[in-house]
Amino acid sequence: METPRPFSLLCELTYRCPLQCPYCSNPLDFARHTTELKTEEWQRVLTEAADLGVVQAHFSGGEPLLRADVPEIIRHARGLGLYTNLSTGGTLLTEIIAGQLRDAGLDSLQVSIQDADAENSDRMAGGAPSFEKKIRAARLVKSTGFSLTINVVLQRQNIGRIEAIIALAEDLGAERLELANTQFNGWALKNRAALLPSRAQVEHAACVARAASERLKGQMKILYVLPDYFEQFPKPCLHGWGRVFMTVAADGAVLPCQTAREIRGLKFDNVREHSLEKIWFESETFCKFRGTDWLPEPCQSCPRKEMDFGGCRCQAFLLTGDAAVTDPACSLSPRHNLIAEALAEAGTNEKLIYRNAVESLQTSSNRR
Amino acid sequence: MTAIADTSKPRLADKARLKWDAVREKHLLLFPEGVLVLNQTAHDVLALCDGQRAVAEIVKTLVSQYAVEINAIDADVKEILQKLAQKTFVTIND
Repeated sequence: METPRPFSLLCELTYRCPLQCPYCSNPLDFARHTTELKTEEWQRVLTEAADLGVVQAHFSGGEPLLRADVPEIIRHARGLGLYTNLSTGGTLLTEIIAGQLRDAGLDSLQVSIQDADAENSDRMAGGAPSFEKKIRAARLVKSTGFSLTINVVLQRQNIGRIEAIIALAEDLGAERLELANTQFNGWALKNRAALLPSRAQVEHAACVARAASERLKGQMKILYVLPDYFEQFPKPCLHGWGRVFMTVAADGAVLPCQTAREIRGLKFDNVREHSLEKIWFESETFCKFRGTDWLPEPCQSCPRKEMDFGGCRCQAFLLTGDAAVTDPACSLSPRHNLIAEALAEAGTNEKLIYRNAVESLQTSSNRR
Repeated sequence: MTAIADTSKPRLADKARLKWDAVREKHLLLFPEGVLVLNQTAHDVLALCDGQRAVAEIVKTLVSQYAVEINAIDADVKEILQKLAQKTFVTIND
């Protein structure tokens, strides 16, 4: 089969962030990757991506707005005809920056909120209080003329307030609300006992999200991402490794997904050394888990293999130590007991390990 | 769900954008959470969804563009609009 071309590129403009969410999707060792691509380098990456077939560029971080050149980078992406999407924590958004982003042609702006409850939102985000700034940012997004998306990562300590979270998004005039259950890789895995909800919580939330979605049809679109620990089959992670999606990390490393750095033993080529096209089509890492030929049993003979591609490689590695086995979230995995064990531990610990540079250097020192 | 009337005036949603993909040689619809690869008819319908033209006008335009009978495409156009409205890519103003 011909190798597909990517539709979507995630640009993690920086790993720096004023927030410290304990389920951050940045790698645990983020603080070891200190060099950042320069403005012209990001622009070149975007040009190469458009030539490769990318039509959508997502900009995130860390906190992308820590960089002053975001409007300039977005303007370049829009000039290439890319659809542009920016995810921010919101705390640094000002009238001036919002106006610059609009003038640069930004298509979609997403603000993350940790909870509808100010105190708990602040506790989750860590560091200085951020909730009030986020609410202000969300209103600013609207008054600047953007359509507003609110992103909320659901976990044990906010999922019980899903009604209030939906009501808050409604009140802010959001057109879209993304309710994504925590994916337990990296930081979230470190904090799993404190963040993993119970089955009853998850089922309640799904019910509430479904009813709200029906009620708000045509006004606010609700995307409820199911948690794979509670499903029979795994997620088709990014619709398959090296199939439609690629990430360029802050330092220029090219990753099949933003958490792939958690898989030890993989080598990630850098845009400073190779073209995106060469990395996509030829690099060992992108070819390794592409398609279905590499799949082990029980996936290889499974009729669902073209639907879920064996699930998440990061999760397989982090839970079993081997990235090339069936995702343990699948009920057919011989290691599915690992999920049951994790569910039994849910809620046994409330202490959070925050995502910050000190923790990053500490937790990643013992694996080097 | 509102039915698509001849007098409805569909408009491409602000968040969505049509794009000709020169690499794949396909028409695409881009929106915050993804990409839809469009067939020629869906593209041609969407390209006319400016909030000014009524559905009947869109059908008439396509009838002359494709040189076919109204009956051959009327139902198709409405079905396409219905689906896209459900996905919130098109807003239907009566």
